[in-house]
Amino acid sequence: MIVRRLVRLLDSRLRLSAPVRRAMAKVFPDHWTFMFGEIALYSFVALVLTGTFLALFFEPSTTDRVYHGSYQPLHGKTISAAYASTVELSFDVRAGLLVRQAHHWAALVFIGAILLHLARIFFTGAFRKPREINWLVGVTMLTLALLNGFTGYSMPDDLLSGTGLRIAYSVVESIPLLGGWLAFLLFGGEFPADQTVPRMFFAHVFLVPAALAGLITLHMLILVRQKHSQFPAPGRNEHNVVGSRLWPSYTLRTLALFAAVLAVTFALGGLFQINPVWIYGPYDPARATSPAQPDWYVAWEEGALRLFPAADFRIFGYLVPSPFFPGVVLGALTFLALYAWPFLEARVTGERTAHQLLDRPRDHPARLGVGVAALLFYSVLVGAAADDVFARLLRVPVTSLVWTFRFLALGLPLAGGMLAYYLARALRAGSAPEFAELTRADLHRGAKDDRVPGDGDGPPAARIEVWQEFGLVWRWRYVEPTGGAKDLELTSNIDYPSEQEAAKAARAAYPGVPIGPGRPPPGLELPAAPATRRLGGPLARVFRLAAWLVVLRAVRRSRSR
Amino acid sequence: MNGHRRRHIRRAELAAAGAFLLAALGAVGFAVGYAFGAQTQLEGVALAVACAGSAAGLGIGARRLGPAGGHVEEHGGFASPELAAEALADRVTEPGRGWRRGVLVRLLGLAVGSIGLALLFPLRSLIAPRLPGPTHTLRHTPWRSGGLRLVDTTGRPVRADEVTGNDIVVVYPEGHVGAGDAPAFVVRLDPSRFSARPPAAGVGGIVAYSLLCTHAGCAVGLYEQGTGQMFCPCHQSVFDLLAGARPVAGPASRPLPGLPITVDSSGFLRATGDFSSPPGPGYWSRP
Repeated sequence: MIVRRLVRLLDSRLRLSAPVRRAMAKVFPDHWTFMFGEIALYSFVALVLTGTFLALFFEPSTTDRVYHGSYQPLHGKTISAAYASTVELSFDVRAGLLVRQAHHWAALVFIGAILLHLARIFFTGAFRKPREINWLVGVTMLTLALLNGFTGYSMPDDLLSGTGLRIAYSVVESIPLLGGWLAFLLFGGEFPADQTVPRMFFAHVFLVPAALAGLITLHMLILVRQKHSQFPAPGRNEHNVVGSRLWPSYTLRTLALFAAVLAVTFALGGLFQINPVWIYGPYDPARATSPAQPDWYVAWEEGALRLFPAADFRIFGYLVPSPFFPGVVLGALTFLALYAWPFLEARVTGERTAHQLLDRPRDHPARLGVGVAALLFYSVLVGAAADDVFARLLRVPVTSLVWTFRFLALGLPLAGGMLAYYLARALRAGSAPEFAELTRADLHRGAKDDRVPGDGDGPPAARIEVWQEFGLVWRWRYVEPTGGAKDLELTSNIDYPSEQEAAKAARAAYPGVPIGPGRPPPGLELPAAPATRRLGGPLARVFRLAAWLVVLRAVRRSRSR
Repeated sequence: MNGHRRRHIRRAELAAAGAFLLAALGAVGFAVGYAFGAQTQLEGVALAVACAGSAAGLGIGARRLGPAGGHVEEHGGFASPELAAEALADRVTEPGRGWRRGVLVRLLGLAVGSIGLALLFPLRSLIAPRLPGPTHTLRHTPWRSGGLRLVDTTGRPVRADEVTGNDIVVVYPEGHVGAGDAPAFVVRLDPSRFSARPPAAGVGGIVAYSLLCTHAGCAVGLYEQGTGQMFCPCHQSVFDLLAGARPVAGPASRPLPGLPITVDSSGFLRATGDFSSPPGPGYWSRP
């Protein structure tokens, strides 16, 4: 009853019924890989929630003060306010350690989910026209996420992150012509400058999150405008979206996912120690920890710095230090390639039509090969960032490991990319439904790109049925015989005030499929889920009928205008 | 069939109800744990149970109690009809008569561009205005004033006879402990093993070098006595102190700068000037 009054109250001011009904009927494709982006979104929410709590206790300043908190080994020591407040919020603020660790874990999940999402979009060709804009927005969000991860973990002014910051400073400094000035402008002077931590704090808690929030909004607005892409399957084509509706299916599912992301975040934050800055000690330019590894998402840069040989040179007497290449050039090329990929691919393939159906990764062997090679390359770099740990574990000199990683960094992507390319061609050419069923003949066919022709049945004997419910509204369904006991049936996501409008929508979704009259689903006197019907009882039926009358009246009124 | 379905729904309802109850219990557990100052692990688990219970309840509700799949929505196409797009383009390109000649548009561009450029100037404020720029600052360190005593990280002056060959002593200029570009180390070596002269004057076998790696500026903290080599823990550069701190492995390409030192009349080590070259990583205008 309250819901009903609230709806009427809002609608009489905002005229919401029609757009909200349409939004609630929005169809989402049912595929688990479509959840990565949502996981990223919800870890962003978790980051904002936990981060707000942390910001109330963190002091973004490198001013020295004497520590008097409950962590005994630091008692009475003079340390920076940033470091002291981090240790205090870990040990002296109730639930502080939980929130801090949950925040850090959420950041790792955030970036991991973004990368999985990126991989899904890449390998299925979802970035193709018309979704290039959202690809650009997404890559920008990835750079911002990496930036915010790095500033967040550098702010506590501990020895490990201070060393990482020192390296980042050196990388900026290595840029020809502008490096020194850029480093000074960004960090506020020669390293370590007092300005650095306050600047990182402001960027970390305001500038970057605000930009991310804006871009997330843009990302989702574009997504809603363009609707979801979908994998090819019976009943799906370039003119429709098949799946479950926003209300109630996806509302419940997405809330479940949100709660699950929070559960994982807090379980990790409570049970698994992360970034114990009190063990590393405060930053001191004369000390360094060994072994020293950064968070995994910046490890590719760290690995590249370790693998790239000493190759300083001079131009007209000016120095180009070797960290410039692994530190700046590699990063710039990486993001340039990401930004440019949709346009490069369109240029190479000459494919410029808009797509609603996704590729399977095998459909595009060259793209798969490039993607696999890139993933392997960056994975080797991440591995190389821990070469000192491997050297210790394997008891081999680190220099020979560096050479191993250098060969791997060049060889493994090449080999893996080629392998992926040929396997994709074999899968595409042959009739094997999956990787494990590939035969030797498929491999041969793949090498020659001699594709087995399709089944050649022509268009399926599908039909559209339109019917009226309760003498009020019209719906349609797509029916396609599957050869099995049950036909494939897809029901229109929304109802229509007239038969003509229902037929028009059906024709838009399935051009060329014959339309005929149909019968309402058996036993469907009232369109409700069995569970809610059971819970509701006769009273609910009365209310529902009343609701239909209201809808009908609204429709009639709007038509008479 | 119907009875079976009813039982199925009943079970799902019970499972969802149980999950929501568990979630409420978890939340209460967290609140109680917080009030009594429970351990981080307990708090985390309680909160995780609360969230996981909600997730399970909602998930069961979505998967087993509601409709799923089987719906289709038409896609109206990505582009407007061509005529509509043309009409919009026409509308956008007709701002008014005076604009059409292009002069005004160009002048507006000039105005906006100049404002943009002018607004770049305050960026200089990001570096404290009275400080000199990077070219000067990066080249010089506090050692430059000359005659400063070498002090250890606690600020205690270092005597020449305290420096052994067993390990390095990390030093700062007196009065500048913690200065980012100044950390150095002293160690005693056997001059007969030198294959190259140190870049700066030592005292007997005592040599002093910058502690900052010439690759990316980490503290080159690990000394191996037998080989007289220094290791950087960040990117595994190795510097040979017997050969003027030349880099012998890893990504560093320049030797560690030397610090000229002497012994004063009371036996303390003093620097006679700045490092033999700018310490730390390379940069464009590095001499």
